[in-house]
Amino acid sequence: MIFEDLNWLIYGVLIGLFVPALLIIGNKQFGVSSGLQNICTTILPKTKSVFSDYNFKSNSWKLYFIIGIILGSFFAVFLLGDGNSYFLPDNFYSVKGVIILFVGGFFVGFGSRYAKGCTSGHSITGLSMLQFGSLAATISFFIGGLIYTWLV
Amino acid sequence: MNKVTSLIFGLLFGIILTKSEVISWFRIQKMFQFEESYMYLVIGTAVLTGVISVQILKRFKIKSLSKENLDFSAKPFNKGTIIGGVIFGFGWAITGACPGPIFAQIGCGEYVAVSTLIGALFGAYLFNFVKDKLPS
Repeated sequence: MIFEDLNWLIYGVLIGLFVPALLIIGNKQFGVSSGLQNICTTILPKTKSVFSDYNFKSNSWKLYFIIGIILGSFFAVFLLGDGNSYFLPDNFYSVKGVIILFVGGFFVGFGSRYAKGCTSGHSITGLSMLQFGSLAATISFFIGGLIYTWLV
Repeated sequence: MNKVTSLIFGLLFGIILTKSEVISWFRIQKMFQFEESYMYLVIGTAVLTGVISVQILKRFKIKSLSKENLDFSAKPFNKGTIIGGVIFGFGWAITGACPGPIFAQIGCGEYVAVSTLIGALFGAYLFNFVKDKLPS
Protein backbone atom coordinates (compact mmCIF):
# COMPACT_ATOMS: atom_id res chain seq x y z
CA MET A 1 0.00 0.00 0.00
CA ILE A 2 2.84 2.36 0.89
CA PHE A 3 4.51 1.88 -2.48
CA GLU A 4 1.39 2.03 -4.65
CA ASP A 5 1.13 5.73 -4.00
CA LEU A 6 4.33 7.68 -3.60
CA ASN A 7 2.71 11.02 -2.76
CA TRP A 8 4.11 10.87 0.78
CA LEU A 9 7.62 10.64 -0.63
CA ILE A 10 7.22 13.58 -3.02
CA TYR A 11 5.53 15.84 -0.48
CA GLY A 12 7.89 14.81 2.32
CA VAL A 13 10.95 15.70 0.22
CA LEU A 14 9.38 19.01 -0.88
CA ILE A 15 8.56 20.02 2.70
CA GLY A 16 12.03 18.99 3.91
CA LEU A 17 13.69 21.11 1.20
CA PHE A 18 12.27 24.28 2.79
CA VAL A 19 14.96 23.93 5.48
CA PRO A 20 18.02 24.30 3.20
CA ALA A 21 16.21 26.62 0.75
CA LEU A 22 15.32 29.19 3.43
CA LEU A 23 18.79 28.93 4.98
CA ILE A 24 20.59 29.53 1.69
CA ILE A 25 18.32 32.21 0.27
CA GLY A 26 17.46 34.16 3.41
CA ASN A 27 19.56 32.57 6.20
CA LYS A 28 16.29 31.91 8.03
CA GLN A 29 15.24 28.91 10.05
CA PHE A 30 11.97 27.53 8.72
CA GLY A 31 9.12 27.86 11.24
CA VAL A 32 5.63 29.31 11.30
CA SER A 33 4.48 29.67 14.91
CA SER A 34 6.47 32.79 15.80
CA GLY A 35 4.61 34.40 12.90
CA LEU A 36 1.56 34.38 15.20
CA GLN A 37 3.39 37.03 17.24
CA ASN A 38 3.94 39.11 14.10
CA ILE A 39 0.22 39.15 13.46
CA CYS A 40 -0.49 40.14 17.08
CA THR A 41 1.83 43.12 16.77
CA THR A 42 0.43 44.06 13.40
CA ILE A 43 -3.20 44.12 14.49
CA LEU A 44 -2.54 45.22 18.09
CA PRO A 45 -0.01 48.07 17.74
CA LYS A 46 0.75 48.42 21.44
CA THR A 47 1.85 44.82 21.91
CA LYS A 48 5.48 45.33 20.95
CA SER A 49 6.61 45.87 24.53
CA VAL A 50 4.76 42.72 25.60
CA PHE A 51 6.94 40.52 23.41
CA SER A 52 10.16 41.61 25.06
CA ASP A 53 12.15 38.49 24.17
CA TYR A 54 11.10 38.46 20.58
CA ASN A 55 13.13 39.72 17.65
CA PHE A 56 10.75 41.45 15.26
CA LYS A 57 13.12 42.39 12.51
CA SER A 58 14.51 38.92 11.99
CA ASN A 59 11.01 37.43 12.03
CA SER A 60 9.12 40.01 9.97
CA TRP A 61 9.44 37.85 6.84
CA LYS A 62 7.00 35.40 8.43
CA LEU A 63 4.10 37.77 7.93
CA TYR A 64 4.60 37.63 4.15
CA PHE A 65 5.27 33.90 4.33
CA ILE A 66 1.90 33.47 6.06
CA ILE A 67 0.08 35.61 3.47
CA GLY A 68 1.73 33.37 0.88
CA ILE A 69 0.41 30.22 2.59
CA ILE A 70 -3.16 31.56 2.42
CA LEU A 71 -2.79 32.47 -1.27
CA GLY A 72 -1.04 29.19 -2.06
CA SER A 73 -3.74 27.02 -0.56
CA PHE A 74 -6.37 29.14 -2.34
CA PHE A 75 -4.58 28.54 -5.66
CA ALA A 76 -4.18 24.84 -4.91
CA VAL A 77 -7.92 24.40 -4.50
CA PHE A 78 -9.46 26.95 -6.83
CA LEU A 79 -6.92 27.09 -9.68
CA LEU A 80 -5.00 23.81 -9.56
CA GLY A 81 -7.91 21.82 -8.13
CA ASP A 82 -11.63 21.51 -8.77
CA GLY A 83 -12.63 24.14 -6.21
CA ASN A 84 -13.63 21.57 -3.62
CA SER A 85 -11.83 20.92 -0.38
CA TYR A 86 -12.86 18.82 2.55
CA PHE A 87 -10.37 19.15 5.35
CA LEU A 88 -12.63 19.72 8.34
CA PRO A 89 -15.74 17.76 9.38
CA ASP A 90 -19.06 19.51 8.68
CA ASN A 91 -20.02 19.52 12.35
CA PHE A 92 -17.37 22.17 13.03
CA TYR A 93 -19.67 24.57 11.17
CA SER A 94 -21.80 25.14 14.26
CA VAL A 95 -21.64 27.23 17.42
CA LYS A 96 -20.20 24.25 19.29
CA GLY A 97 -17.67 23.64 16.52
CA VAL A 98 -16.52 27.25 16.52
CA ILE A 99 -15.97 27.10 20.30
CA ILE A 100 -14.07 23.79 20.07
CA LEU A 101 -11.82 25.17 17.33
CA PHE A 102 -11.23 28.36 19.32
CA VAL A 103 -10.16 26.35 22.38
CA GLY A 104 -8.03 24.01 20.26
CA GLY A 105 -6.51 27.02 18.51
CA PHE A 106 -5.75 28.56 21.89
CA PHE A 107 -3.78 25.42 22.84
CA VAL A 108 -1.92 25.58 19.52
CA GLY A 109 -0.99 29.25 19.97
CA PHE A 110 -0.17 29.09 23.67
CA GLY A 111 1.63 25.74 23.45
CA SER A 112 3.75 26.66 20.45
CA ARG A 113 4.96 29.89 22.07
CA TYR A 114 5.66 28.11 25.37
CA ALA A 115 7.58 25.37 23.55
CA LYS A 116 9.24 28.01 21.32
CA GLY A 117 8.25 26.26 18.13
CA CYS A 118 5.70 24.10 16.35
CA THR A 119 5.68 21.27 13.83
CA SER A 120 7.69 23.26 11.29
CA GLY A 121 10.13 24.92 13.70
CA HIS A 122 10.82 21.95 15.96
CA SER A 123 9.74 18.78 14.14
CA ILE A 124 11.05 19.74 10.70
CA THR A 125 13.78 22.36 11.23
CA GLY A 126 15.00 21.40 14.71
CA LEU A 127 15.12 17.67 13.95
CA SER A 128 16.86 18.40 10.64
CA MET A 129 19.60 20.06 12.70
CA LEU A 130 19.63 17.11 15.13
CA GLN A 131 18.69 19.32 18.08
CA PHE A 132 17.83 17.37 21.21
CA GLY A 133 15.34 19.99 22.42
CA SER A 134 13.39 19.68 19.19
CA LEU A 135 13.24 15.91 19.59
CA ALA A 136 11.83 16.45 23.09
CA ALA A 137 9.32 18.95 21.68
CA THR A 138 8.24 16.60 18.90
CA ILE A 139 7.74 13.73 21.34
CA SER A 140 5.72 16.10 23.56
CA PHE A 141 3.53 17.15 20.60
CA PHE A 142 2.68 13.50 19.97
CA ILE A 143 2.15 12.72 23.65
CA GLY A 144 -0.33 15.62 23.82
CA GLY A 145 -2.10 14.54 20.66
CA LEU A 146 -2.27 10.90 21.74
CA ILE A 147 -3.56 11.81 25.23
CA TYR A 148 -6.33 13.88 23.69
CA THR A 149 -7.21 11.30 21.04
CA TRP A 150 -7.23 8.24 23.29
CA LEU A 151 -8.15 9.56 26.73
CA VAL A 152 -10.30 12.68 26.33
CA MET B 1 14.67 38.15 3.39
CA ASN B 2 12.63 40.47 1.20
CA LYS B 3 8.85 40.52 1.03
CA VAL B 4 8.47 39.01 -2.44
CA THR B 5 10.80 36.08 -1.70
CA SER B 6 8.97 35.40 1.57
CA LEU B 7 5.63 35.54 -0.21
CA ILE B 8 6.80 33.10 -2.90
CA PHE B 9 8.08 30.65 -0.27
CA GLY B 10 4.74 30.89 1.53
CA LEU B 11 2.86 30.40 -1.73
CA LEU B 12 4.79 27.21 -2.49
CA PHE B 13 4.37 25.97 1.08
CA GLY B 14 0.62 26.63 0.96
CA ILE B 15 0.26 24.67 -2.28
CA ILE B 16 2.30 21.75 -0.89
CA LEU B 17 0.41 21.69 2.43
CA THR B 18 -2.93 21.62 0.62
CA LYS B 19 -2.06 19.19 -2.15
CA SER B 20 -0.43 16.79 0.34
CA GLU B 21 -3.55 16.96 2.57
CA VAL B 22 -1.45 17.30 5.73
CA ILE B 23 -3.83 20.14 6.65
CA SER B 24 -6.70 17.66 6.84
CA TRP B 25 -8.32 17.12 10.23
CA PHE B 26 -9.09 13.58 9.04
CA ARG B 27 -5.43 12.83 8.27
CA ILE B 28 -4.39 14.12 11.71
CA GLN B 29 -7.05 11.96 13.39
CA LYS B 30 -5.89 8.88 11.52
CA MET B 31 -2.31 9.67 12.52
CA PHE B 32 -3.10 9.85 16.24
CA GLN B 33 -5.35 6.78 16.01
CA PHE B 34 -2.57 4.85 14.22
CA GLU B 35 -5.01 4.06 11.41
CA GLU B 36 -2.86 5.42 8.64
CA SER B 37 0.89 5.67 8.09
CA TYR B 38 0.61 8.59 5.64
CA MET B 39 1.39 11.46 8.05
CA TYR B 40 4.27 9.57 9.63
CA LEU B 41 5.72 8.89 6.18
CA VAL B 42 5.39 12.54 5.07
CA ILE B 43 6.90 13.94 8.29
CA GLY B 44 9.59 11.23 8.39
CA THR B 45 10.59 11.90 4.77
CA ALA B 46 10.63 15.67 5.41
CA VAL B 47 12.91 15.23 8.43
CA LEU B 48 15.23 12.84 6.58
CA THR B 49 15.45 15.28 3.66
CA GLY B 50 16.19 18.08 6.13
CA VAL B 51 18.87 16.08 7.99
CA ILE B 52 20.68 15.15 4.77
CA SER B 53 20.41 18.74 3.46
CA VAL B 54 21.79 20.25 6.66
CA GLN B 55 24.66 17.75 6.74
CA ILE B 56 25.55 18.72 3.16
CA LEU B 57 25.34 22.45 3.98
CA LYS B 58 27.62 21.94 6.99
CA ARG B 59 30.12 19.66 5.28
CA PHE B 60 30.67 22.01 2.34
CA LYS B 61 30.49 25.09 4.59
CA ILE B 62 27.83 26.63 2.36
CA LYS B 63 27.12 30.33 2.95
CA SER B 64 23.83 32.13 2.49
CA LEU B 65 23.27 34.27 -0.60
CA SER B 66 24.22 37.27 1.54
CA LYS B 67 27.56 35.52 2.28
CA GLU B 68 26.71 34.93 5.94
CA ASN B 69 27.40 31.78 7.92
CA LEU B 70 24.16 29.79 8.05
CA ASP B 71 22.06 30.02 11.19
CA PHE B 72 22.16 26.56 12.80
CA SER B 73 21.45 27.92 16.29
CA ALA B 74 19.44 25.69 18.61
CA LYS B 75 16.15 26.71 20.17
CA PRO B 76 16.12 26.86 23.98
CA PHE B 77 15.35 23.57 25.71
CA ASN B 78 13.57 23.82 29.07
CA LYS B 79 10.42 22.70 30.88
CA GLY B 80 8.39 24.83 28.49
CA THR B 81 9.50 22.63 25.61
CA ILE B 82 7.78 19.66 27.25
CA ILE B 83 4.76 21.34 28.88
CA GLY B 84 4.13 23.69 25.96
CA GLY B 85 4.66 20.79 23.58
CA VAL B 86 1.98 18.67 25.24
CA ILE B 87 -0.45 21.63 25.26
CA PHE B 88 0.31 22.15 21.57
CA GLY B 89 -0.34 18.46 20.88
CA PHE B 90 -3.79 18.78 22.44
CA GLY B 91 -4.57 21.67 20.12
CA TRP B 92 -3.18 19.82 17.09
CA ALA B 93 -5.44 16.83 17.75
CA ILE B 94 -8.52 19.00 18.41
CA THR B 95 -8.24 21.33 15.43
CA GLY B 96 -6.41 19.10 12.96
CA ALA B 97 -4.08 22.03 12.38
CA CYS B 98 -0.75 23.39 13.51
CA PRO B 99 0.22 27.01 12.78
CA GLY B 100 1.04 26.64 9.06
CA PRO B 101 -2.04 24.55 8.24
CA ILE B 102 -4.38 26.97 10.07
CA PHE B 103 -3.67 29.52 7.35
CA ALA B 104 -3.85 26.91 4.62
CA GLN B 105 -7.27 25.69 5.86
CA ILE B 106 -8.55 29.27 5.71
CA GLY B 107 -7.08 29.82 2.24
CA CYS B 108 -8.64 26.70 0.79
CA GLY B 109 -12.12 27.66 1.92
CA GLU B 110 -12.56 25.99 5.31
CA TYR B 111 -13.63 29.32 6.76
CA VAL B 112 -14.47 28.01 10.21
CA ALA B 113 -10.69 27.68 10.73
CA VAL B 114 -10.76 31.45 11.29
CA SER B 115 -11.94 30.48 14.77
CA THR B 116 -8.83 28.31 15.19
CA LEU B 117 -6.72 31.29 14.11
CA ILE B 118 -8.37 33.71 16.54
CA GLY B 119 -7.85 31.15 19.32
CA ALA B 120 -4.20 30.69 18.34
CA LEU B 121 -3.54 34.44 18.25
CA PHE B 122 -5.23 34.83 21.62
CA GLY B 123 -3.14 31.97 23.03
CA ALA B 124 0.13 33.36 21.65
CA TYR B 125 -0.79 36.81 22.99
CA LEU B 126 -1.85 35.62 26.44
CA PHE B 127 1.29 33.53 26.84
CA ASN B 128 3.35 36.70 27.06
CA PHE B 129 1.43 37.90 30.09
CA VAL B 130 1.80 34.68 32.07
CA LYS B 131 5.21 33.42 30.91
CA ASP B 132 7.02 34.82 33.96
CA LYS B 133 4.75 32.78 36.24
CA LEU B 134 5.18 29.51 34.32
CA PRO B 135 7.90 26.89 34.91
CA SER B 136 10.74 27.38 32.47
